[in-house]
Amino acid sequence: MYDTTMTNDKIKKVLLLGSGALKIGEAGEFDYSGSQALKALKEEGIESILINPNIATVQTSEGVANRVYFLPVTPFFVEKVIAKERPDGILLSFGGQTALNCGVALYQSGVLEKYNVKVLGTPVQAIMDTEDRELFVEKLDEINVNTIKSHACNTLDEARKAAADLGYPVIIRAAYALGGLGSGFCDNEEELNVVGTKALSFSPQILVEKSLKGWKEVEYEVVRDKYDNCITVCNMENFDPLGIHTGESIVVAPSQTLSNRDYHKLRELSIKIIRHIGIVGECNVQYAYDPNSEDYRVIEVNARLSRSSALASKATGYPLAFVAAKLGLGYGLFELKNSVTKTTSAFFEPALDYIVCKIPRWDLGKFQGVDRELGSSMKSVGEVMAIGRTFEEAIQKGLRMIGQGMHGFLENKVLQVPDIDKALHEPTDKRIFVISKAMKAGYTVEQIHELTKIDKWFLEKLKGIVDTDNELQQYSKVECRWPSRLTHWLANSLHRPTTSTSPTTV
Amino acid sequence: MQNEKAVSLILDDGHVFHGYSFGFEKPVNGEVVFNTAMMGYPESLTDPSYSGQILVTTFPLVGNYGVPAASHDANGLSCFYESEKIHVRALVVSDYSKQYSHWNAAKSLADWLKEQQVVGIEGIDTRELTKVLREKGSMKGKIVFDGGEDIEFEDPNLVNQVAIVSTQEVKHFGNGKKKVCLVDMGVKQNIIRCLLRYDVNITMVPWDYDFNQMGEAFDGLFISNGPGDPNLCGKTVEHVKEFMKSGKPIYGICMGNQILSLAAGAEVKKLKYGHRGHNQPVQRYENGKPTTQCFITSQNHGFAVDNATIPADWEPLFINMNDGSNEGIRHKKMPWFSAQFHPEASSGPTDTEFIFKEFVNLL
Repeated sequence: MYDTTMTNDKIKKVLLLGSGALKIGEAGEFDYSGSQALKALKEEGIESILINPNIATVQTSEGVANRVYFLPVTPFFVEKVIAKERPDGILLSFGGQTALNCGVALYQSGVLEKYNVKVLGTPVQAIMDTEDRELFVEKLDEINVNTIKSHACNTLDEARKAAADLGYPVIIRAAYALGGLGSGFCDNEEELNVVGTKALSFSPQILVEKSLKGWKEVEYEVVRDKYDNCITVCNMENFDPLGIHTGESIVVAPSQTLSNRDYHKLRELSIKIIRHIGIVGECNVQYAYDPNSEDYRVIEVNARLSRSSALASKATGYPLAFVAAKLGLGYGLFELKNSVTKTTSAFFEPALDYIVCKIPRWDLGKFQGVDRELGSSMKSVGEVMAIGRTFEEAIQKGLRMIGQGMHGFLENKVLQVPDIDKALHEPTDKRIFVISKAMKAGYTVEQIHELTKIDKWFLEKLKGIVDTDNELQQYSKVECRWPSRLTHWLANSLHRPTTSTSPTTV
Repeated sequence: MQNEKAVSLILDDGHVFHGYSFGFEKPVNGEVVFNTAMMGYPESLTDPSYSGQILVTTFPLVGNYGVPAASHDANGLSCFYESEKIHVRALVVSDYSKQYSHWNAAKSLADWLKEQQVVGIEGIDTRELTKVLREKGSMKGKIVFDGGEDIEFEDPNLVNQVAIVSTQEVKHFGNGKKKVCLVDMGVKQNIIRCLLRYDVNITMVPWDYDFNQMGEAFDGLFISNGPGDPNLCGKTVEHVKEFMKSGKPIYGICMGNQILSLAAGAEVKKLKYGHRGHNQPVQRYENGKPTTQCFITSQNHGFAVDNATIPADWEPLFINMNDGSNEGIRHKKMPWFSAQFHPEASSGPTDTEFIFKEFVNLL
């Protein structure tokens, strides 16, 4: 087999595959990861070549890469660049799915071997093990890790048979797809015919799986070096239950409804998985987690920098892409510096003293005839990340900054919702505001939970905002409310001069 | 909200923090320490190593998933706690979550604290408080209820905390082949659970019990974690020295590392603000040199072995990657070794659980 191991000192010139055009489901986060990787190469004195047709990115700006080719990230063009530049190494995991797919194609067609280009970081075989659903399930079966068993089907007939075996509801996914393109839930054969036909138009192979609707969705960002040292930099929990794409869900970091047993069970599994697959660098492990037991399924592993890793980097201050690039060059985590403290090593797990809330932004109004319902494919076009010392603070800041004229969870212009029950059960881009409306209309946390399957902890916190609002409405001045508590807050702030408000990562 | 009692946390250096009570209502004193873990409060609160301390959590949201019921397994060990009761004197948080949500929760954190008569306060600027403790070190503190009675400061490290939390009688666990003597300095139950995964039977003895006189042929000695200053546990150190003459395997965790080090002839000193959290990185050492093996560990200790005082026939086994402090020692020839961190985790990362296997394999 083609040897992907490397000798560091021979690497003088490296080709990095960018993510190409920004599109829904694959956007600016890959500009961030690519730029970080280029920065890492520069620090090592390695000549960097970038392929990315998108001129409106940071990574294609002057001085970031040594040379930029504004060409499509496709095997045809990348081979031309390789032939001309003859790089020693190539980085595949910093340009999203586009770059990864292109890299795998170049490997399989023998182009990398022909020009003797070494794949830095995660070996291509490991990438293929995570990308091909059947290989992936087989691989995790070897270490007794539960996955969602899916049936790969090449025709609609096969899909119908698989769904009948599994029992409805099922989910259909297109293999090798971006942002969940072409996937969807089917409650019966009729729906399967529609979704299946659409998915088959995107990909020659579709996957039929048992639906775990209502389970929690939790992710871990895991890093491994060539010495087998592993850390989990951050975990994240979706506000919405499984069934809504992570890109379409409000996400909090760190997780808020997991106990120590839950958290560390999944953390331990993440490390077991990254070791077994053999990733060198960064990966993202997504779990479905039963809200009523410690049962879990691994949804997928992304053997590349992802939307979630960009969020995790910003949420924790840990530069995942930068570190992953250095690990690809052969460093150990203990040999790299912690970018926050500058003195200790990169082998650490940030302990946050705040909560991060990511909120997606949609622009569905700009697209004619688009279905506003949220599901397992991604329609959002951007996101906001807010930091707070309470969940209420973080979500309120985020909702205000989403840039769609909202004042927060409450006090927005009246939303017309003809059927609140339906709107809660079939979420759209207005989901959070429908919850607000339902709470104002007197729905209990229990009722909303039944309809949305959102964990009651999140709903109780939102309810707290509504309750506080209702109480404050009774007063003409804010000072009338909780006079003693206000006195204490004032005493606190007067007694101690504020030295700094910067978060402490310790 | 109106019914909440206003309280003040007063530090020995004059700092005052105002907040509200959500637990038991009584004035309380202790050593104020902070923990950076982001979850795991039921485990931390029942960890005997916190005896005498007022615990501050740097993560602001606490109480989210409630508290599991006090159930027990076939060995009589608690299923979800690390001992039978809460050992901290008080819990200090920023944002207590009154509503909790978890399938395994039996009650709220507030109800549990009240039931166990332990003080809990919230609305404290724990970020500012942590900065004070990091700058000036862990210090004496007290919590008083506004308008209520006052209380004196007290340094729990002057009292032998181990004697308070250690078992009063000899206990037995398991019926495997290898005989392990476990010295209870304030043992976390997960240490017992981890050992029982192997073919062992455990005789657990009080901290000052002379296990060498039991007439039992133990295959190995295990010294547990525990609270406070190890220099107050001279009796245990003497018993360990005596056991060394047998040449049998010895393992120590946390306080156990410090006791083993004292028995070896090293010195143990107080750390400025200790290591308490789930993210302490340690590196394994061999022949005085760092290896490429690193681990994220769970820790809870205020004292540490002074590397410079480790005798010539011993060597550091692990070193803390943040501050270079000692994280375990090993004898160069004999099967005696230790970890300052918690391989049994609970709460915290489980990466170093293999250490139990290393110990059992030596028996």
